[in-house]
Amino acid sequence: MAVVFEKPKFLTDTPLHYCPGCTHGIAHRLVAEALEEIGAENVVGVAPVGCAVFAYNYFNCDMQQAAHGRAPAVAQGIKLVNPDNIVFAYQGDGDLASIGMAEIVHACARGANITIIFINNGIYGMTGGQMAPTTLLGQKATTCQNGRDPKVNGYPIRMCEMLATLDGPSFIARGSLADVKNVKKSKEYLVKAFKNQKEGKGLSFVELLSTCPTNWHLSPLKAIDYVKNEMTSYYPLGVYKDLED
Amino acid sequence: MAKVTFDEEYCKGCGLCVSVCPKKILEISKTKSNDKGYFVAQMTDQSQCIGCAFCATMCPDCVIKVEK
Amino acid sequence: MAERKLMKGNEAIAEAAIRGGCRFYAGYPITPQNEVPEYMSARLPQVGGHFVQAESEVSAINMIFGAGGAGGRAMTSSSSPGISLMQEGISYICGAEVPCVIVNMVRSGPGLGGIQPSQGDYHQSVHGGGHGDYKMLVYGPCSVQECVDLIYNAFDKAEEYRLPVMILGDGMLGQIMEAVTLPEMKDPATFPKHKWATDGTGRGKDRRIINSLYIVPDELEVINQRLQKVYDRMAEKEVLFEKYLCDDAEIIITAYGSVGRIAKSAVDILRAEGKKVGLFRPITLCPLPTKELKALANQASVKEFVVTELSMGQYIDDVRLATDDKKPIRFYCRTGGNVMSPEDIVAFIKGEN
Repeated sequence: MAVVFEKPKFLTDTPLHYCPGCTHGIAHRLVAEALEEIGAENVVGVAPVGCAVFAYNYFNCDMQQAAHGRAPAVAQGIKLVNPDNIVFAYQGDGDLASIGMAEIVHACARGANITIIFINNGIYGMTGGQMAPTTLLGQKATTCQNGRDPKVNGYPIRMCEMLATLDGPSFIARGSLADVKNVKKSKEYLVKAFKNQKEGKGLSFVELLSTCPTNWHLSPLKAIDYVKNEMTSYYPLGVYKDLED
Repeated sequence: MAKVTFDEEYCKGCGLCVSVCPKKILEISKTKSNDKGYFVAQMTDQSQCIGCAFCATMCPDCVIKVEK
Repeated sequence: MAERKLMKGNEAIAEAAIRGGCRFYAGYPITPQNEVPEYMSARLPQVGGHFVQAESEVSAINMIFGAGGAGGRAMTSSSSPGISLMQEGISYICGAEVPCVIVNMVRSGPGLGGIQPSQGDYHQSVHGGGHGDYKMLVYGPCSVQECVDLIYNAFDKAEEYRLPVMILGDGMLGQIMEAVTLPEMKDPATFPKHKWATDGTGRGKDRRIINSLYIVPDELEVINQRLQKVYDRMAEKEVLFEKYLCDDAEIIITAYGSVGRIAKSAVDILRAEGKKVGLFRPITLCPLPTKELKALANQASVKEFVVTELSMGQYIDDVRLATDDKKPIRFYCRTGGNVMSPEDIVAFIKGEN
């Protein structure tokens, strides 16, 4: 019998601390599988501040843990010192789209040859469920307890569409972790992203819609539905930029 | 015939695997739990397994290994 | 081959940093240090280095975090408001023990303040403007040559202690031009390779992790204790100062940076008038030469100290702590970007202003 599916080598044996049904874990595995698929050798990852802050315990490669929002800047510093490394920054929506917005926009404008993995679960998980820049209108969070009201809290930000207006990035796509088809699609996007980096094409950006059962107060399966329905309708899946075409 | 093994200590009983199995042969045990106290996922009828690995694809914690 | 050149302070600093091994610079425009990034942008590529104009000083210091953590010799420069933006990054850098060099050409404050010289960032640099217990190796050079000499070896020091080395210049040091002797280019091939650096080759148990998060209190306490030992070692080995005509002095003027140099001229004027005045100029501000200050306070001939700064009084706090109020301390300062002349100091000492 041949092995059809097993844990990728770019993940350590440390059990993930994420909540049951949180799809951060799937994202971690896809990153590891994509790195393996492109035959990456010298890899450095950058962990954000947020639920994924402990990613430096999970990715089986050299890691740095960046200040909140600054992972793209840290990643650029790493990449320029060792340009042949494959460097990625793994960030959540608070880290990337809120405090780190300037960093991601300018990393894209620069076309820095790094890969950004952006986990969009529309909430601040680690700190207990506050509203994020990607929290949907009407969605409840601890800092918009009657549901996000655009008059008070503004509108959710679609990062792929926004960053696709910049000339620097070579690849921008949004995938979802809500079902098998889209998990496989997301892996393709990550392989493409890392391949672009390996070929020096410039910044690659993959956004992944992800669940947060605990802070959405939903069961894992209901959270999956929320991604499939509400999240995916506001954040359409697909490729937003591909230098090839 | 395919073979699925569970690294049960990593399982959190979230049920995503159960929800995507096309043959409906996975369940979250009502009696068996791991050291952390999670009721673990388990196979009900290995003979029906087609080795599609949908379960492993949806597992956030790399609990499931699939051989075929 | 050492070179003798007439150079502007900021440019001499950039050139000396490159000769000291700097191969990565990230910075942002802010007066009065703009010539550092300008010079770096043209010069670094010539030596196979990398220059990035960051979108902000917040981003710049975090690029330094990444580059230094990956084993590169990394540097940034800014001026007071920009250095304030870097404080969180500096704290992370110290917590993760990342070596780097930071140049602060201090300008008058607070707020947007002015662009003229000042020493108003002393407390921020020496006692920490960021969160948590950390220290940097902080130099207060008084001339362009001293800037060159200090930054030339700053990367070696940073790597020895695994922390930021700061060149704390008062604005004018960056803007004045002086003849300098530029040291030879260090060969990067001779630099030690660091086993802690994330160069991408780590796997499994020998993975390298540049990190400052320790969620378990006992672990973070051990880190704090380890950092303190580094700072103690630094205090034993790195103290630098200049003592001028202090042996028989009744009045000790103490000042650092350009003001120390101005005070030296005041000493000469007063000595010519038969007054027994000496100068004590700390070159390292952290670690501060407290032993030497204590000794001077206990020196029989010394009647009083005169501290003079370009601030409302910051270094004076440490002089008072070090001298234990053994002798009276008078304070003379200019602020807002004004700089005192030697004559101003002389007049103050003679009680005329």
